[in-house]
Amino acid sequence: MKSIFKRALAVVFALALVATIPVATSQAATKSAAKATSAADVGGLAELIKMAKKEGELNTIALPDYWANYGNVIKRFSEKYGIKVNSYDPEASSAEELVAVRTLKGQDRMPDVLDVGLQFAVQGAQEGLLAPYKVSTWNDIPNAAKDPKGLWYSDYGGYIAIGYDANVVKTPPKSFADLLNPIYKNQVALNGNPTSSNSAFLSVLATSVAAGKGVRGANNIQFGLEYWKQLKANGNFVPVAATPATVEAGQTPILLDWDYLHAKYKGQSGRVDWKVVVPSDAVLGGFYAQAIVKNSPHPAAARLWQEFLYSDEGQNLWLEGGARPIRLDAMVKSNKHNKTAFANLPAVPKSAKPIFPSLQQQLLARATLTPAWPNL
Amino acid sequence: MMQRTGRYLGLMPIGVLLIVFLGLPIIAILRFSLQDAKGGFTLTNFRTAMTGVYLDGILLSINLSLLSALISVVVGLLFAFGVARSRIKLLKNLVSTAAGVFANTGGVPLAFMFIASLGTYGMLTVWLRQVGIDVYGGDWTLYSFSGLLIVYLYFQVPLMILVSLPMIEGIKVEWREASQTLGSSSGYFLRRVIVPVLAPQVLATYLLLFTNSFAAYATAAALTSGSIALVPVQIASLIASNVQVDGANIAMALGVCMVAIVAIAMSIYISLERKVAKWRS
Repeated sequence: MKSIFKRALAVVFALALVATIPVATSQAATKSAAKATSAADVGGLAELIKMAKKEGELNTIALPDYWANYGNVIKRFSEKYGIKVNSYDPEASSAEELVAVRTLKGQDRMPDVLDVGLQFAVQGAQEGLLAPYKVSTWNDIPNAAKDPKGLWYSDYGGYIAIGYDANVVKTPPKSFADLLNPIYKNQVALNGNPTSSNSAFLSVLATSVAAGKGVRGANNIQFGLEYWKQLKANGNFVPVAATPATVEAGQTPILLDWDYLHAKYKGQSGRVDWKVVVPSDAVLGGFYAQAIVKNSPHPAAARLWQEFLYSDEGQNLWLEGGARPIRLDAMVKSNKHNKTAFANLPAVPKSAKPIFPSLQQQLLARATLTPAWPNL
Repeated sequence: MMQRTGRYLGLMPIGVLLIVFLGLPIIAILRFSLQDAKGGFTLTNFRTAMTGVYLDGILLSINLSLLSALISVVVGLLFAFGVARSRIKLLKNLVSTAAGVFANTGGVPLAFMFIASLGTYGMLTVWLRQVGIDVYGGDWTLYSFSGLLIVYLYFQVPLMILVSLPMIEGIKVEWREASQTLGSSSGYFLRRVIVPVLAPQVLATYLLLFTNSFAAYATAAALTSGSIALVPVQIASLIASNVQVDGANIAMALGVCMVAIVAIAMSIYISLERKVAKWRS
């Protein structure tokens, strides 16, 4: 009995040893990639491509196909460089992305790159989970939208918008204030629970900006909570977590979400006539952020992924998904943007000044909202 | 000697399962619940879990579970009596099969079924409106406490039927015959035999139903978006939070509270079950 056990153990050890050999060699080859803070560090983009192709794979996380056109982004990257993209856990949240980085450390499945909400990028940087890297187009990214060391950088964003099914909603809402009208009884929904979902939370913050008539609404989400209290008292608020299915079933004919995520609510049936409007009384914007994971399994592919995302091609792919890429202004100036996709973006009211809530504003709002939301 | 080792060996798989999927997670939850975000020892998580909106959540969860279990026990028992006493075998088979299916319907699909039938534009809602009953005419909505209660009854009542059918069938004809021979009336038989035999079982089932509803999560999450404070929903939103960066430890403390409440319910359940076993043997 004992000897069998010993023999089995020996076999396991032998296998483990064999398994580490290729890993050890590939690590030696990409060591410089893991330390590279720009393409120049490995001898230029061509060299980076060569190293990434050798790695052959890239681990991504929390990238749903429908989200900002990621389905096509991944496909195009894969085709262009012959790199297999392992898209793990597409529906994960930002918090879960950081958890995955912490718990999968040193494993093959560890994510190489992240796409997270701003505060999670900052947290990841503080925890030392991220590797600094500056893409070739670094200077096009506004200073306020990136970490000076290159630990994270905003990627794409948009505005909180009202979407509605024109087949059900006969009077189109134009503003958050409109939604309080009794004609919208049992029609207004969020896409999730604002105490956990980032987009639902920022939707509430957007209504706060409208109710507080400007920045003071962003400073104090109480305005927004009062708004939702009223919406609930009116019977307008449907607390179902809206999905394409609930829209199709006619249960959530009006809902708030990022403008670039509204396309999915059209559904497949053709029975839904989905319209999107950026409300006139509050234009609240937000950007997600990209980051490379420190000591991830495919360091060169991770860096090439960022180069691809911030190239004109990558930025236009996001634009085609209805998101506003961070280099959009620069690309419009140099006339490199996809004109059709640009024209399809929901119009932002001309007079409106977009508000981008700061981290501090968000933290404060979150602390107020969490205990208050279940007792609306 | 040989036989005894054999018996323990047979328990191995379930033992391993319990350790890996129940023991270890509980230890992990307990450990994290006593840590702050940086890993140091703290009791703040429990203080947070026992105050404010989280205390509301625990109380409301207990409330919903007690109420849904109570209604299910009463309604389910009446159903089960009716079915058990009917002579139609097909009915009995049909009811227990259907109850088995309904008792296991849950999660987001169940929420969606109710949205599609009793939601604001649900089929049932529309039909009722056509015959002049507007369920949404007043303050009621499916997404309120009472709406949630109805949804929970959908899987709780069938579970009660499922569990109580064999219970009622366990009342032996011989007992009745024996007591009749000794001159007892039906009322006396009911009072002195049926009630004492069934009471511990019914109470045990009540606790089972309580636990069943206490831990239900996905349906409530899909229906209410957190607008009603329930512990399982709060735990989920703290862990998967896109919003709160330091919530996981509070979630663990809430988890420990849930484990404690369920443990109390289950230990009463087990001691009642022991009493019941006496009658069955």
